Amino acid sequence: MEDVQKQTKARSKTKASKMSEKTKDMISGYLYVAPFFIVFGIIGLYPAAFSIVLAFQEWNGLGEMEFVGLSNFTVVLQDPLFWKSLYNTIIIGLMGTAPQLIVGIVLAYFLNLAVIRFTNFFRVTIFMPYITSMVAVALVFGVFFSSNETALANYVIGLFGADPVSWKTSEWGAKIAIALMVFWRWVGYNTIIYLAGLQSISKDLYEAATIDGANKVEQFIYITIPLLKPFILLTVFMSTVGALQLFAEPTVFLGSSAFSRDEAMTVVMYLYRDAFNLGSFGTASATAVLLLIIIIGAAAINTWLTSGLGSKKKRGV
Amino acid sequence: MKQKRKNQSKAGTLPIYLILIFTSLFSLFPFYWMFVMATQPSAAYNSIPPTLLPGGKLVENFQKVLDTIPFFQAMWNTILLCTVVTAAVLVISSLAGFAFAKFTFPGKNFLFILILLTMVIPPQLGLIPQYYLISQLGWLDTLMGAGVLFLLNPLGIFLMRQYISESVPDELIEAAKLDGCSNFRIYWSIVLPIIKPAFATLGIIVFTLVWGEFLWQFTVLRDPSSYTLQVALASLNNAFRVDFGMLLSGVFWATVPLIVIFLIFNKWFISSITEGSVK
Repeated sequence: MEDVQKQTKARSKTKASKMSEKTKDMISGYLYVAPFFIVFGIIGLYPAAFSIVLAFQEWNGLGEMEFVGLSNFTVVLQDPLFWKSLYNTIIIGLMGTAPQLIVGIVLAYFLNLAVIRFTNFFRVTIFMPYITSMVAVALVFGVFFSSNETALANYVIGLFGADPVSWKTSEWGAKIAIALMVFWRWVGYNTIIYLAGLQSISKDLYEAATIDGANKVEQFIYITIPLLKPFILLTVFMSTVGALQLFAEPTVFLGSSAFSRDEAMTVVMYLYRDAFNLGSFGTASATAVLLLIIIIGAAAINTWLTSGLGSKKKRGV
Repeated sequence: MKQKRKNQSKAGTLPIYLILIFTSLFSLFPFYWMFVMATQPSAAYNSIPPTLLPGGKLVENFQKVLDTIPFFQAMWNTILLCTVVTAAVLVISSLAGFAFAKFTFPGKNFLFILILLTMVIPPQLGLIPQYYLISQLGWLDTLMGAGVLFLLNPLGIFLMRQYISESVPDELIEAAKLDGCSNFRIYWSIVLPIIKPAFATLGIIVFTLVWGEFLWQFTVLRDPSSYTLQVALASLNNAFRVDFGMLLSGVFWATVPLIVIFLIFNKWFISSITEGSVK
């Protein structure tokens, strides 16, 4: 029996191995993506689904759950603090992320120029803020922007003739300080991503374009931007998602008053406060679901706006 | 003609250098200032003009930190957490990235889109059930509980797929198959050496992500002995009257090792990137 099998195998060796090659690839494919999807199922999908269920229940984490329909959503949507936190998140997000995308592309473009030297040094220093933690940044900026009149930030703006600001308790002071720390920490990260993108563009393209008589600006518009687009899309997407999830910076920046003041309360802080300070898992889950919808909407809009870049030309993002 | 263009571009570089130098100073100043404050008594903070040179309280301030939080325990917890999670994510992502880049299997596109979608799902969506799950497992106040969440890293797969499909030629894989290499052998001896630069990039991203993440660690780790650095540092800021010298001393000493790791890792990172671009 075995012999027969062996013979058959040997005879149709070329054909069989080709067929089994495909099957092998298929099995390998599934096998190699399996670890991710197992992890995804347990700590990604299941909690997400549980959250959506929880959004329609009243629950404090200990007793019985009670189905309450949409009332968690009505409670959250009628809470002025929710809307304030959403407003804060959007304002801080825009001020913190939009400028760094533009600055990041410009810096990456400079660092990729053949004539610029010491690029290693600049790359390392510009990227360095990213390796600090959000907590560290928030603490350092928290001292820099302390509410004291003698805060270094007040000294700096005093040089330009401005009056001291109470950074942690004023509507715009807190937002500006937090947006600045977001900008400071992430601009180098985006620069490195763009730089990787620029380096993936073949030099031959630029040479060919130069031979065809295209100048530097034309090369930037017709070669660099279109080929960089996947990287720009990625960063816009990540910035949008990240900005809407802001939590550590304001929480640590404001310290003990983080959950009792509203100047810089973000949506995630609102959610956290509901769940872990007030013990209301139901409304917190409703907020989480609302946040998901907001994030998907914002990410879709921003990605759509950005994908117009280069192809339909002219669009400031 | 060639000479002329060269001169032109050289003269044009001065503003570029100025911008780059300004950006570098902007990036480095908070590090420097943090060091200055870590060496000054808290009162130095109130002086006008501001104190911008180091003082002599480096040791004293750090001693206060050690009296307030379990600093070295937190440091060890953080390093352990980051190392294990990073290694695991690199393996998971490169395997899946390889599969998505080079194999065809039914449902591949669907699964990949699913991964991209998980990037939109905010980690906060699952926060409460995750907290509940971890508490039911008895993993609250443990590194296990703090780490398990970070194994889910869709960005890693995205980066790996991108890198592998661009830098690992199909011909090379075909040739290896003709030589009788198994798929895992191809992954191990062909793909892995080529994607070292991507490993460096993703490694740095994951390591710093876990090192710096706050919300989850803050939620799960409540007991001081289980604190990671971030949670421990944040707790320094909760006192009624914060000693700025002590506070920034804690931040400084928590940041120094990371800078050292980064500078060492970074050399390798940059050299392998240049290697990759020469090929």
